[in-house]
Amino acid sequence: MTSTIAVTWVDACAADEIDEEDVIRFDHAGRTFAIFRSPDDAFFATDGLCTHEKVHLADGLVMENIIECPKHNGRFDYRTGAAKGAPVCVDLKTYPVRVEKGRVLIGLD
Amino acid sequence: MSERIVIIGAGEAGARAAMALRENGFTGSVTLIGDEPHLPYERPPLSKAVLNAVDDPAPAFILSEATLTEHDITLMRGTVATAIDRAAHSVATSDGASLPYDRLLLATGARPRRLALPGADGALYLRSFSDALALRSHLVPERRIVLVGGGFIGLELAAAARMRGCTVTVIEMAPRLLGRAVPEAIAAEVARRHEAEGVRLILGAGIEAIEAGASGATIRLANGEMVECDGIIAGIGAIPETALAEAAGLAIDNGIQADERLRTNDADIFAAGDCCSFPLALYGGRRVRLEAWRNAQDQGNHVARALLGATEAYAAVPWFWSDQYDATLQIAGLPDEGTQTVRRDLGEDCHMLFHLAPDGRLIAASAFGPNSRIARDVRIAEMLIGREARPPHEVLDNESVPLRSLLSAI
Repeated sequence: MTSTIAVTWVDACAADEIDEEDVIRFDHAGRTFAIFRSPDDAFFATDGLCTHEKVHLADGLVMENIIECPKHNGRFDYRTGAAKGAPVCVDLKTYPVRVEKGRVLIGLD
Repeated sequence: MSERIVIIGAGEAGARAAMALRENGFTGSVTLIGDEPHLPYERPPLSKAVLNAVDDPAPAFILSEATLTEHDITLMRGTVATAIDRAAHSVATSDGASLPYDRLLLATGARPRRLALPGADGALYLRSFSDALALRSHLVPERRIVLVGGGFIGLELAAAARMRGCTVTVIEMAPRLLGRAVPEAIAAEVARRHEAEGVRLILGAGIEAIEAGASGATIRLANGEMVECDGIIAGIGAIPETALAEAAGLAIDNGIQADERLRTNDADIFAAGDCCSFPLALYGGRRVRLEAWRNAQDQGNHVARALLGATEAYAAVPWFWSDQYDATLQIAGLPDEGTQTVRRDLGEDCHMLFHLAPDGRLIAASAFGPNSRIARDVRIAEMLIGREARPPHEVLDNESVPLRSLLSAI
């Protein structure tokens, strides 16, 4: 997931804006992202739209390390972006995340 | 000799089953027979995205040529299965072939019910991508379009026609929209939304006749009113494609009659998707037939395992959605089984309904509103329904208690 390409760190939200085992939507510079907080309190970021039919994943349900698309129940592992079976077959793009002083930063290329 | 599985019908259920056979390790031959010229594609966008695309809509394909090759699935496109010889275990096709099978899946789908009215020949219907293209060419600004039928297809098409600038009237014979499958309170919200968008709803109105004119038609209602229009689209239900099964002597009961594992009364023939009626243990074995994308997916997955010898019952909770404008209607379970209703506010003038059995078991949930408001809670409700949960009313109707707290509690 780490990249040698220079990334720009963008302040997305306060860490406590996201419940554990939940997700919020973050829009930035014409793009939309999903930011996750896992049950073991780690943060992750992916593209915001399902790779199947362009639905906002932040409207879906997080269960452990899986985000389920609210429209067709396509499932992704939000830590890696891996698609977990039909109807989704294209992985989600993921982004590096840092938490600093209670803020969640995501690294955009 | 390696085993041969033939699938009749290359829609969602058939295509999913073909892939699921490979995902479950089947190494014999898989032949998928489809009567359309296209690769398998998704039907839900036909009443929405395809109609609203700015230009040149294309089908949303489920499988590519490369995927078919990679998984060694033979797709016979533009081919009609004409007969099943159960004794010989073979399927005859329109191109003169006779395909031997060890096990056969019928995923033949459904077709639109046609208007049985004088003058209805010019009415349009929606099932296939080519139907959608034909419809699309009629949905031009200012044209007066009448939708006959206030069900899901009729209302999605009414929304699409409005979004394309048509003048839209929906004529429904029943006193309300959406029939028995949708609770009256939700149907009333859907009706309000359409009226707010400028759709004229004529409910409780029978049609006497359609009189074709030079460019359009006049619809004569039973109460004497005349509705003039430039185009008529009918969405009055679908009829399961059972002719092939019936001719082969298979049992038919509102569709091809399957058992709980989706097997017909011939132990080597199975059914899945819109054509298939089956018993749902969750509702006391009630026999249902579900015309829904999710059901086609889930049954495609399930029937693949059944074709390979698995015996478990198909037990998915029925779930479907319908997008109209920027709102979505979602229903999990079968609301008409409920005797009590509990309402939960979801904010922004939006709410959901829980439908409970006399013993307090949650058996269905329904909501209409923005996807972002309703999808998550309907999904949680679906899981609770599958677990046969009896959630306390004071949690269901209290929006300050997250619904998902019930998942860990039960």
